[in-house]
Amino acid sequence: MPPIPTTERDLRLDLFRGLALWLIFLDHIPTNVVSWLTIRNYGFSDATEIFIFISGYTAAFVYGRAMNDRGFLVASARILRRAWQIYVAHIFLFAIYMAEIAYVASSFENPLYAEEMGVLDFLKQPDITIVEALLLKFKPVNMDVLPLYIVLLLLFPPILWLLQRAANLALGASVALYAVSWEFGWNLAAYPSGSWYFNPFAWQLLFVFGAWCALGGAERLSDVLRSRVTLGVALAYLLFAFAITLTWHIPSLGQFVPNWLGALIYPIDKTNLDVLRFAHFLALATVTVSFVSRDWPVLKSPFLRPAILCGQHSLEIFCLGVFLSFGAHFIMSEISAAVGMQVMLSISGVFVMVGAAALITWYKGVEGRSPGSRPKSADADLAGGEA
Amino acid sequence: MKALVAALGVWGLSIAAAAAQHPDACDVPGYLLFGDGELRRVTAAVKESQRLDILIIGTGSSTLTGPDGSLHAYPARLELTLAKRLPNVAVKVKTYTAGRQTAQVMANELRKTLAAEKPAVVVWQTGTIDAMRGVEPDAFATALNSGVEAIQAAGADVVLMNMQYSPRTETMIAVGPYAENMRWVAQQQGVPLFDRLGIMRHWSDTGAFDFYAATKAYSVAQQVHECIGRALAAQIIDAAQLGPMTAKVGP
Repeated sequence: MPPIPTTERDLRLDLFRGLALWLIFLDHIPTNVVSWLTIRNYGFSDATEIFIFISGYTAAFVYGRAMNDRGFLVASARILRRAWQIYVAHIFLFAIYMAEIAYVASSFENPLYAEEMGVLDFLKQPDITIVEALLLKFKPVNMDVLPLYIVLLLLFPPILWLLQRAANLALGASVALYAVSWEFGWNLAAYPSGSWYFNPFAWQLLFVFGAWCALGGAERLSDVLRSRVTLGVALAYLLFAFAITLTWHIPSLGQFVPNWLGALIYPIDKTNLDVLRFAHFLALATVTVSFVSRDWPVLKSPFLRPAILCGQHSLEIFCLGVFLSFGAHFIMSEISAAVGMQVMLSISGVFVMVGAAALITWYKGVEGRSPGSRPKSADADLAGGEA
Repeated sequence: MKALVAALGVWGLSIAAAAAQHPDACDVPGYLLFGDGELRRVTAAVKESQRLDILIIGTGSSTLTGPDGSLHAYPARLELTLAKRLPNVAVKVKTYTAGRQTAQVMANELRKTLAAEKPAVVVWQTGTIDAMRGVEPDAFATALNSGVEAIQAAGADVVLMNMQYSPRTETMIAVGPYAENMRWVAQQQGVPLFDRLGIMRHWSDTGAFDFYAATKAYSVAQQVHECIGRALAAQIIDAAQLGPMTAKVGP
């Protein structure tokens, strides 16, 4: 009998995914003073880890139930449909990106940057560039998360099947794949050279771990999570990571990092989901769940509502965030990049994201009530957040 | 929407106008300097033979186009500044630049170059092309290491120089991982890093230069190179301990 996930919606997932989407938006605006607020400056991991983990969690939650109710084939078809939607969204963003940089490029001439402008050479060969983009090999800066998500979903049906039957075996296989990809340097190829910025063979660990937690793993871990020792270790590790990141911002503190320690921890590899980053995410999650319980009344308060709304429509809001960060860069290039402008663009961007999420919620509510509309139960959004 | 954009524009412009422009303020704050980096071979060469031969190996951003471009580019400004600061030393700066070369290609080339040249120090400017092409960061670090080792084996000191700060292309070129790798290799190998990226970003923050500006004029590019040449000269003098605290260090 496969484990049946609890049916009550866990608002914490929506809340933290919403917050992660805001942070990803803020981090994607180049030269943004507000991005000093984001967690990447205070530890090893960043909002990407949160986003991928919660996406794995909700994917297992939503499609796990579909697999129980409707069988492997139907659930797989839904997962693949979701992957297709994300692919279309990615290509749409790519078109917007091309429009932005083509404009910025044509309006920009500065002899100081003769070399840097060479990056626009790909505009001269659209035949190759567009095909490579369709193949997900050519990925502009900051457009790496959705391709990762697509690959993770494509691989998800058999993983979910195994997770429902032998959860620990599936998690073990995921860890093994992670280890093997580190050992042999496995990654997908990118264009024009190199490989994927987020290595799917490594990052799948976080996604599968999220799914494992959703399908009963979190409950199995609850004794460990509740222990004071675990909390102490997690807090100590967060403090250690904070101390190390401090030396990146204040280089004169670098002398206090002994050479052996530096040799041990550096470089902290984001592409391959460095163990230090994974551990940092685990520590953050441990501390978070021990202070924010599932039935914390504040979760239902209007103050957290904006972030929760964003987290409930993650694909749309993620794409909007990428678009807004392009827009912010465009305005900074064409008008001003002053600190006041950075703050204003950041705040208005978050407002636009919240407004869009509220609009989508309203629309789905209206559509759900009107006669002849799709039955609600099939909609991933309403079953505990999108997958 | 138009009204909103216009309002944004007015507000942004007023902020931009408030940030005063100081074109001469190309000082570099202490935290962006070499730190503990030393240039022992430079020190020795100057003491023993009153000579300072510098070889600059770089790509397009180590030179300038336009009328007398190379005279205004930072290598020439470096030579001039060093010659002024070190009146008793024969300073010579040679430049090898080739556009669009990755660190790997340059590491191979510089072996040949060093067979003919005997500089006291090699300034190796790289990273931009690797970031533009998305070369594997690990492969980039390996190329840096092999290049640094080749220079040291040829009996010269090394200074690594990273990318320019180029805010307009920030959504097109992800320089971050490459800058981090250069810092990491410099630290591992114990060679100084001239943090051009950080220094130019600092000049942008202080309002010394507006790097977003779209301009065809060479004058701004020439001023930037003048400042880079001076900053590099100050740091070389400092790291090789050639002057009575000659380096101009900010707070």
